[in-house]
Amino acid sequence: MELALSPDAWPALALTLQLAVLTALVLLVLATPLAWWLAQSRSPWRAAVAAVLSLPLVLPPTVLGFYLLVLLGPAGWVGQLTQAMGWGLWSFSFTGLLIGSVVFSLPFAVLPIQYAFEAMGPRPLEVAATLGARPLDAFFHVALPMARPGLLTATILSFAHTVGEFGVVLMIGGNIAGQTRVVSTQLFGHVEAMEYAQAHALAALLVVFSLVVLFLLARLNPRRPVA
Amino acid sequence: MGLARALWQVFLVWGLVLGAPQAAPLSVAVASNFAAPMKRLAPDFEQRTGHTLAVSLGATGQFAAQIRHGAPFAVLLAADAQTPRALEAEGWAVAGSRVTYARGQLVLWQREAAGPPLNEARLRRGDFKRLALANPKLAPYGAAAMEVLQAFQLTDKLGPLLVEGINSTQAYQFVHSGNAELGFIALSQVWEDGRLREGAIWRIPENLYRPILQDAVLLRSGQTHPGARAWLQYLQSEPARAIMRAYGYTH
Repeated sequence: MELALSPDAWPALALTLQLAVLTALVLLVLATPLAWWLAQSRSPWRAAVAAVLSLPLVLPPTVLGFYLLVLLGPAGWVGQLTQAMGWGLWSFSFTGLLIGSVVFSLPFAVLPIQYAFEAMGPRPLEVAATLGARPLDAFFHVALPMARPGLLTATILSFAHTVGEFGVVLMIGGNIAGQTRVVSTQLFGHVEAMEYAQAHALAALLVVFSLVVLFLLARLNPRRPVA
Repeated sequence: MGLARALWQVFLVWGLVLGAPQAAPLSVAVASNFAAPMKRLAPDFEQRTGHTLAVSLGATGQFAAQIRHGAPFAVLLAADAQTPRALEAEGWAVAGSRVTYARGQLVLWQREAAGPPLNEARLRRGDFKRLALANPKLAPYGAAAMEVLQAFQLTDKLGPLLVEGINSTQAYQFVHSGNAELGFIALSQVWEDGRLREGAIWRIPENLYRPILQDAVLLRSGQTHPGARAWLQYLQSEPARAIMRAYGYTH
């Protein structure tokens, strides 16, 4: 099997790494309070919100990308907002990719964290309250540490899902070298153009690299203590 | 007893109906860009010949991969000329059966009918933020668009404004959603029943790009079907070509 890495593989890889790391970070910040609310709330809206948050799983990625393109475009309300704020349009930009990736991976981040909070049950927080911890204290010093496996799973899933993401990026990215051309779109291009040597090299690089990152993340997860 | 007998009779009649000499539908794989004219061509062909068509729409490359793995299509209407040629060379298609059924036309399109006129001068001015096109490496209309920019020596100037869709459908969506002002697309995407559906176009002079030929080929699994060759012949007939012209294809 012939391997030939094309010189533009590195910028694409760097961009993919940036996108995946940022997506995972944004999702941690965004998904944790959402998951907390979903795990704790008794609001009648809970089920509706949970259902909406799972929607990105239902739409085919290119279709999701299409609606994001419409939303971020000059006629969409996000596009109108960004233009009114003087930020220009976010389609075909890194920001657009980041938004797309965050939406696309949202359920992968929310669900593991939510289950971790739910598995914890009300007891640890009650104990914390009895010991005089304020709710925010209890959240940061009791709930979050206990939900660590869920947070890690969410990070791993968001990261990996973003690295392999393709349809959304293709749609809102516009395949611009150095700006929106990530490894997955480049890999697809190589395969479609039957440049198999480049495709193999890039695929191998992507797999090895992702394996290392995912292995390191998985090692952070402490083994379950014997109860 | 009476019931069993009645059931048996129904079963017999049913068998006769199913066993009656009735040709299986002709299964044709059609490139998605040709979906609109197919809607008119298929019933016209069926009415003229009595054959029935089973149309599958999809990407040419995917069809090629499926055919190489034994997909039972009788005829392929590809979006290019290379794929049918390759299938013929590899023995998946019947030698000598290849025909060019349509020729695509490249246009520059904008969504606003009232915008500044579309022409070479407009491209040279570059008074837009984004120019959409299909991927030049993968899509025939993308390659043609690149040839036009090269002919005008505008690749350097407009390079930073280019956004690539995976195919011309995506290039169309970029413009249609307002994310790009202009786009190189296929005339057939905006031409319906002999009229421009939306916006404004500039038909790119055909001497500026290599012809975009769409070839059809008889596949090995279709060579015994009596309708297959009739369908290929029909595609080259004047009534069929008139329908194709109404959808933005030439010959």
